[in-house]
Amino acid sequence: MTNRKPNQIPRQPMPAQPAEERRENFDEVAQGYTLEMAVSEAMRCLQCRNPRCIEGCPVQVRIPEFIQALRDNDMWEAVELLKDKNTLPAICGRVCPQESQCEAECIVGLRGEPVAIGRLERFVADWEQQEGVREPKPVTPREERVAVIGSGPASLTAAGDLAKMGYQVEILEALHEPGGVLVYGIPEFRLPKAVVAAEINYLEKLGVEIRLNVVIGKLYTLRELQEKYDAVFLGTGAGLPIMMNIPGENLNGVYSANELLTRVNLMKAFQFPEWDTPVRVGSKVAVVGAGNVAMDAARSSLRLGADEVHIVYRRSRKEVPARLEEVEHAEEEGIIFDFLTNPIEVLGNEEGVVSGLRCIRMELGEPDESGRQSPIPIKGSEFEMEMDTVIMALGTRPNPLVFSDAEGLERSRRGTVIADMDTGRTTLERVWAGGDIVTGSATVISAMGAGRVAASDIDAYLGGEEGQAWRIERATASA
Amino acid sequence: MYRILAKTTLTPVTTEYLIEAPEVAHQAKAGQFVVLRVHEQGERIPLTIADYDREAGTITVVAQEIGSSTLRLKSLEVGDSLASFTGPLGRPTEIEPDGTVILVGGGLGIAPIYPICRTLREAGNHVIAIIGARSGDLLFWEDKMRDVTDELIVVTDDGSYARKALVTEPLKELLDSGRKIDRVWGIGPAIMMKFVALTTKSYGVDTLVSLNSIMVDGTGMCGACRVAVGGRTFFACVDGPEFDGHQVDWDLLLSRQRFYVQEEQRALELYQQSLQQAEPEETSRS
Ligand SMILES: Cc1cc2nc3c(=O)[nH]c(=O)nc-3n(C[C@H](O)[C@H](O)[C@H](O)COP(=O)(O)OP(=O)(O)OC[C@H]3O[C@@H](n4cnc5c(N)ncnc54)[C@H](O)[C@@H]3O)c2cc1C
Ligand SMILES: Cc1cc2nc3c(=O)[nH]c(=O)nc-3n(C[C@H](O)[C@H](O)[C@H](O)COP(=O)(O)OP(=O)(O)OC[C@H]3O[C@@H](n4cnc5c(N)ncnc54)[C@H](O)[C@@H]3O)c2cc1C
Ligand code: SF4
Ligand code: SF4
Ligand code: FES
Repeated sequence: MTNRKPNQIPRQPMPAQPAEERRENFDEVAQGYTLEMAVSEAMRCLQCRNPRCIEGCPVQVRIPEFIQALRDNDMWEAVELLKDKNTLPAICGRVCPQESQCEAECIVGLRGEPVAIGRLERFVADWEQQEGVREPKPVTPREERVAVIGSGPASLTAAGDLAKMGYQVEILEALHEPGGVLVYGIPEFRLPKAVVAAEINYLEKLGVEIRLNVVIGKLYTLRELQEKYDAVFLGTGAGLPIMMNIPGENLNGVYSANELLTRVNLMKAFQFPEWDTPVRVGSKVAVVGAGNVAMDAARSSLRLGADEVHIVYRRSRKEVPARLEEVEHAEEEGIIFDFLTNPIEVLGNEEGVVSGLRCIRMELGEPDESGRQSPIPIKGSEFEMEMDTVIMALGTRPNPLVFSDAEGLERSRRGTVIADMDTGRTTLERVWAGGDIVTGSATVISAMGAGRVAASDIDAYLGGEEGQAWRIERATASA
Repeated sequence: MYRILAKTTLTPVTTEYLIEAPEVAHQAKAGQFVVLRVHEQGERIPLTIADYDREAGTITVVAQEIGSSTLRLKSLEVGDSLASFTGPLGRPTEIEPDGTVILVGGGLGIAPIYPICRTLREAGNHVIAIIGARSGDLLFWEDKMRDVTDELIVVTDDGSYARKALVTEPLKELLDSGRKIDRVWGIGPAIMMKFVALTTKSYGVDTLVSLNSIMVDGTGMCGACRVAVGGRTFFACVDGPEFDGHQVDWDLLLSRQRFYVQEEQRALELYQQSLQQAEPEETSRS
């Protein structure tokens, strides 16, 4: 194998549970490379002098270097190199949309299939977790206290980085489990919760204090935190579900994707009645939307026992925003895609339960400002589908709960917090923000990157003149 | 954390719990609720804050045992801790010095109106409360209610205690009496709140009700708690739980409350079976 030219080795396929089997369970679909597969895939990398892959990665992971370490069988070195830029590689390796990021730029991809960077990343990270994550190096503690609101990838990263710098970090999370979308949104079959738990465990080893069941805006306000802590990081994501506002949307059997996924993932409804929270999907399910959230809702419904699951999407196949792998997996599992179709009414029976979905066919019109062709309804093309569950996966907005008593915190018209992209600073003194709360729903890796940027700016602030001025102000106020 | 400090049986189907939760107690206001989990595999259930003591750092909740979670809660002993306890959630009752107000608490609804009565009275209102239950043995907190009201009317459906009437009867009499009533609250089972709202409607008296739709997170993230008020959709956990009773779509609320009855029944049977299989010692303790 070694005497073959790197780009002649075919891309290693990912071992996966067969579609027929996995439709029935919540175990992870993609099972990860063996060492042999990983090394063989690593051989495909050309070790470019100007690696374009790095530019495709939102946090500039040192891709060729970690791949080289893997080839040299220097695994701990590979781990260090990877984690230098990405603190959650076991997660990103699984959920990053690689085909539009690092792998989109990979030079090998020009002539054939790109190097499977994400899968290698996952391999290295899983190896580390199996081996037992090394104890963090002791740090010199600093006295400043930082409150990190929320515990999604943005917050986990900010908290980890700050703890490594010696700050006293407290995570304040509204739910009873830390992890944000990683625990309540993305299903077990795509991101096992044990992987997330291991990352959180590591943060605790770093000395981060995690306080659960703390809803900011209710138990404490942002203003109170601003007074009590030296710095505040706001990473509460975009958790408010958008509904369609069509007739019948409040019928029983209409869920927001958030509700369905929260019941299933956070509350483990797929193990009802051993776990107390119920969930009910009927035999015919329509999921409206075609992002990652929609794929997750559709594939969860199948696993909960639905016979027929449709993705109803108003645009065409090429506009589907979900990760490629998820769309492929969904198709293999038998999910039906109804493109250029838009719901106009949810139909119900006498008991107030969903019985169908009334839709209209769409066609693509002229491209709009974003360059995408906007869908236009075709007159007279209305039709009905029989359904007993309808799941709305149309996107989310920041949950405004955290903004009560936060005057001075500027927000956009879409409800997102305005923060400087290079520092994470908001319009409130000593309050930083990052992740979905700033960008609207985006990706795990971009949230992570934002957490990292903010952590480094918090350190610059507290270590600089501004921090000095604040410490004097704080001391005089308490004197 | 979230230790049960005291547990009192109020009626054959309702229990009062005093819970150690200093942070929540510090912020709690009348009209708000908490979401708790009884054990690690438990569901998140909302319960109204029936009382709070900022100095002692405690919250009182009263729960009616109607299914597996509330029965499991009852099986806990003083000293045990809840798996989680989140609050205060929901908007507090808006307290204004309106003048004369009537609070109607049906069945379990007596618990949530208690802190509202107290706060309204402290704000200078003349507070009249009507409390009722199906029968006398299901009534609780009569004395406590007397302390926070100017007038207290007690009724039972079957007349086994106090006056035999539905809560709407004395309400209608008060409205007919010509006294100026500025605002009415109705809290209890959905069907009772619906009739309170119907009763006051023709008198044009503002009426607030506390909607108990099925909830999961209680923070506006899932939309399970959707209710329709005045033709618009709201999330009861963050936009409410109090809404204008004259504008509520009651049929929708009632139908959504029933969506999981089959599963709830199954969970209940399973829980009861698990009790029968448990050590005899353990069953005698609870
Ligand atoms: C179902 C689903 C699938 C997805 N799949 C992918 C994928 O495959 N790949 C990918 O890259 N991205 C995916 N995403 C998007 C990605 O998960 C998000 O972009 C990312 O999680 C955002 O991170 P965050 O840290 O900004 O916030 P979140 O992960 O949203 O975390 C925010 C946290 O803040 C907490 N919070 C909110 N309000 C408060 C408050 N008032 N007080 C205290 N805590 C509060 C929340 O409970 C939550 O835990 C998916 C999203 C969903 C919903
Ligand atoms: C804002 C609010 C305040 C409430 N305050 C109180 C209170 O102070 N005391 C009290 O006894 N009850 C209160 N309830 C109702 C209480 O939450 C339910 O009785 C409890 O969840 C039932 O759980 P169970 O497992 O014992 O019964 P189950 O058998 O699971 O359910 C019985 C019935 O309770 C309702 N219910 C079930 N699950 C939920 C849920 N997750 N959220 C809301 N309702 C549910 C349904 O209508 C169901 O048919 C309140 C509800 C809300 C929304
Ligand atoms: S973090 Fe994501 S984008 Fe960056 S290298 Fe890893 S898989 Fe690619
Ligand atoms: S662009 Fe592709 S081949 Fe080049 S270094 Fe990056 S991963 Fe390797
Ligand atoms: S309970 Fe989830 S939004 Fe209200």
